[in-house]
Amino acid sequence: MDKFEAAFNDIIAKDLKVEPRDWMPEEYRKHVLRQVSQHAHSEVIGMQPEGNWLLRAPSLRSKQVLLAKIQDEGGHGLYLYSVAETLGMSREEMINQLHAGKAKYSSIFNYPALNWADMGAIGWLVDGAAIVNQVSLQKTSYGPYSRGMVRICKEESFHQRQGYEIMLHMARGTKEQKEMAQDALNRFWFPSLMMFGPHDADSAHSSKAMEWKIKRESNDQLRQKFIDKTVPQAEFLGLTVPDPNCKWNETTGHYDHSPFNWDEFWAVVNGDGPCNTERLDHHKKAHNDNAWVRDAAVAYAKKTEGSLV
Amino acid sequence: MESGDKVWEVFIQKKSGLPFKHAGSVHGYDKKMAVQNARDAYCRRGEGRELWVVPANCIVSVPMDEAEAYFDPQEDKIYRHPTFYVIPDGVENL
Repeated sequence: MDKFEAAFNDIIAKDLKVEPRDWMPEEYRKHVLRQVSQHAHSEVIGMQPEGNWLLRAPSLRSKQVLLAKIQDEGGHGLYLYSVAETLGMSREEMINQLHAGKAKYSSIFNYPALNWADMGAIGWLVDGAAIVNQVSLQKTSYGPYSRGMVRICKEESFHQRQGYEIMLHMARGTKEQKEMAQDALNRFWFPSLMMFGPHDADSAHSSKAMEWKIKRESNDQLRQKFIDKTVPQAEFLGLTVPDPNCKWNETTGHYDHSPFNWDEFWAVVNGDGPCNTERLDHHKKAHNDNAWVRDAAVAYAKKTEGSLV
Repeated sequence: MESGDKVWEVFIQKKSGLPFKHAGSVHGYDKKMAVQNARDAYCRRGEGRELWVVPANCIVSVPMDEAEAYFDPQEDKIYRHPTFYVIPDGVENL
């Protein structure tokens, strides 16, 4: 082992942070890069299901809130692309990979947002699951990723609360509104739980990631944390989690759950979800339609090169 | 990277008198765009009162394999610390 590798191992063992210019194993760099690129693309693609409801928000207040949330997500995408760039891949290259289908984003965003209750369910469940994951990642061993997570967690705390507020509003509304809330919960429950990824025993990249402290808790641990937090919140709403086996287990001290439909999960990951094509096409179209903005920016930058401000 | 699209490092000052602290980076084609992007990305909730952007390729750091020598704690030079000097009792305000 050379002194660089020893220094890297020491950083991991002592719970310190790996910084961009530190030596790191190639596999570590690749793992962090893949994870951060997936995370960044998820933030950006995640703006689409909500953007769909921006012009149909039921009040000015809810429209302002939704707009602020979507703006945050765009910002979070940028933080994460910056993190990935410290590992040597340009943002342009990451976007090319996304467009070529080589880079993934969270498969939850390949489900449609059908009605206003879905804005509630997405904030409460999808952001809720993301927050459980991101709180844990604040302690990741890669310094820029860790700092990005701290910033993102601080900003995102309102996202889940605004979603829950929508659910509360609808659950306490008319019979039809309560039914819409229940329907949204029914559709988003299992996909949200599968956001944490495959079970630990089946997770291809997990063990090395835990050893290197890129991930600090396993998929199943994080998922269980989320279930235990969320089931009582559903009960408070007077809604039912769509899983007859989701009951408190005295022995384990956790809620049980039914087996997940991993066939559906993998089908959606591999391109067969309800909105995969739509999401990617929309991103490509926006990127290509805005090419003139980039051209104009280049021209302006050339013209103002020598200016002081 | 496309021509013109540059990475800038962002430094934010939280309050008057405090040092500027590195916050992260942004993309921008020119100085003005870099400053505006930095504001939009890093200062949406009162994080700062002033910010700097610096082209990322203008930042110079110590080569990694020389870092050890550069940052040697120089513990042999104890005379750099005030405790090295013996001052007799009775001398005040020193």
